[in-house]
Amino acid sequence: MNPVLTVRQLGKSYGGRAVLDGVDLVVEEGEIACLIGPSGAGKSTILRCLNFLETPDRGEITFGGERLCSEDGNLFQISPRRQLQAARARMPMVFQHFNLFSHRTVLENVMEGPCVVQGRPREEARMMASAHLDRVGMLGFAQHYPDRLSGGQKQRVAIARALAMSPALILFDEPTSALDPALVREVESVMRDLSRDGLTMIVVSHDMRLVRSIASTVHFCAEGRIAASGPAGQMLGSQAPLSMRVFLEAVSDLAGQE
Amino acid sequence: MLDFLAEAGEYLPFLLRGALVTIELSLVAMLFGTVTGFFIALGRRARTRLLRWPLNAFVEIMRDTPLIVQLLIIYFTLPRWGLTLGAFPAAILGLSLNLAAYVSEVFRSTINAVDRGQREAAISLGMSGVQLYRRVIMPQAGLAALPILGGYFIALLKDCALVSFISVNELLRNASIVISDTFDGGNIYLLVAIIYFIMSFASSRLILHLENRLAHNRRSGPDRMSGTVPTMEKEAVR
Ligand SMILES: Nc1ncnc2c1ncn2[C@@H]1O[C@H](COP(=O)(O)OP(=O)(O)OP(=O)(O)O)[C@@H](O)[C@H]1O
Ligand SMILES: [Mg+2]
Repeated sequence: MNPVLTVRQLGKSYGGRAVLDGVDLVVEEGEIACLIGPSGAGKSTILRCLNFLETPDRGEITFGGERLCSEDGNLFQISPRRQLQAARARMPMVFQHFNLFSHRTVLENVMEGPCVVQGRPREEARMMASAHLDRVGMLGFAQHYPDRLSGGQKQRVAIARALAMSPALILFDEPTSALDPALVREVESVMRDLSRDGLTMIVVSHDMRLVRSIASTVHFCAEGRIAASGPAGQMLGSQAPLSMRVFLEAVSDLAGQE
Repeated sequence: MLDFLAEAGEYLPFLLRGALVTIELSLVAMLFGTVTGFFIALGRRARTRLLRWPLNAFVEIMRDTPLIVQLLIIYFTLPRWGLTLGAFPAAILGLSLNLAAYVSEVFRSTINAVDRGQREAAISLGMSGVQLYRRVIMPQAGLAALPILGGYFIALLKDCALVSFISVNELLRNASIVISDTFDGGNIYLLVAIIYFIMSFASSRLILHLENRLAHNRRSGPDRMSGTVPTMEKEAVR
């Protein structure tokens, strides 16, 4: 087995309050690791610390064989900015609110990373971007601006933008939770396709249908830690740990009320 | 009326030469003021107080004292401290610095207004700080600033009249020269007003046109490059 990402004892505090309190996580190549758990558990913070959108304050992150931050005794060290930027380019993020560049067309959004960050020639980037847009079913909208798209379409473009980086890992933070129920399926089906193609992903989601359909491992987060982890079949089945079953019942109750 | 026309014909070339200087001053001060203002806005976002604090003070002082006093100080007081500037450079310096203070406020708010999510998206693609500004923040903050900067240009065009006090031969000062020659102010001032009006009106139309074109480029969407999509589709399939 070949871990893409190894996280050990990751910690992060805001104003003295520990939001992450020793997170351990290993993600293998081709794995789809789903993080679930109650609101405020620190799931988004975990993702944002992995690509240093937030700066963790202790622990170790190893990504693609490179140490991004490390702890040696009491000394917590973060790699130089250049190295973090290079790591981010191979670990793009898909956000809850899409965050497409509003002043660029769909095609330009997807070309942006390859052209600007990777320095690829425009023609090559354009061809690659078109292929990725095709893959998410958005090639027909290449020349549109984001404000003309539905939420589901925007999210598919955001996924294409991440794919265009030839990533080793894609981070998803609640990719379907800002979408109307009718639009959730199109994003789900794109993500299912990606999971079949062997992409490595970490997916934070409250959408249990999505989790059930793509997860290879499930990690249950509570109070700034990963309280339980395991293969999806086991974690989502009847032998799930108690805390997890309580959470799942609460979630399905909520879903039932809607 | 005939009097007025005759007078106008006689002094118009001289007045227009002044108007040309006014336009020159406005364009140069606009350019320097905008560029300086942009960098002041960036400096005021810096992490170190060493940069933020003096720039904040500068902006505050420029906005809380009259432009005419600033011009007088640059032209008459600075020489006592060993910095002597000719009238035209002094005028450019004063107008530019004053404008820069206001422009920095404009950029400060339009830069702040750029969607946080888009910044995070750019950073999480691996962009550096410079790339983030060049590719994401400036195109949006710049476009948002444009109408306000346009308004400032019109104001600047008229504020240039103040530099007649430090003996730059622009439109108003040339008018004063004519008047001290002829001892008749009435009609000349009317002519000056008309020239200012024409300059401002033409500028505001031009700026409006520019804004519309930029907005149109951005909005024209799929039609703008129609024809490219099918070819790309072919490439993608291959
Ligand atoms: N910038 C911040 N400053 C202070 N506290 C923060 C900040 N960001 C997050 N927190 C706190 O950290 C905790 C974890 O937040 P986080 O967003 O990671 O939770 P989450 O598991 O993603 O929740 P949700 O399911 O609602 O998205 C919350 O209690 C939140 O209030
Ligand atoms: Mg969250």
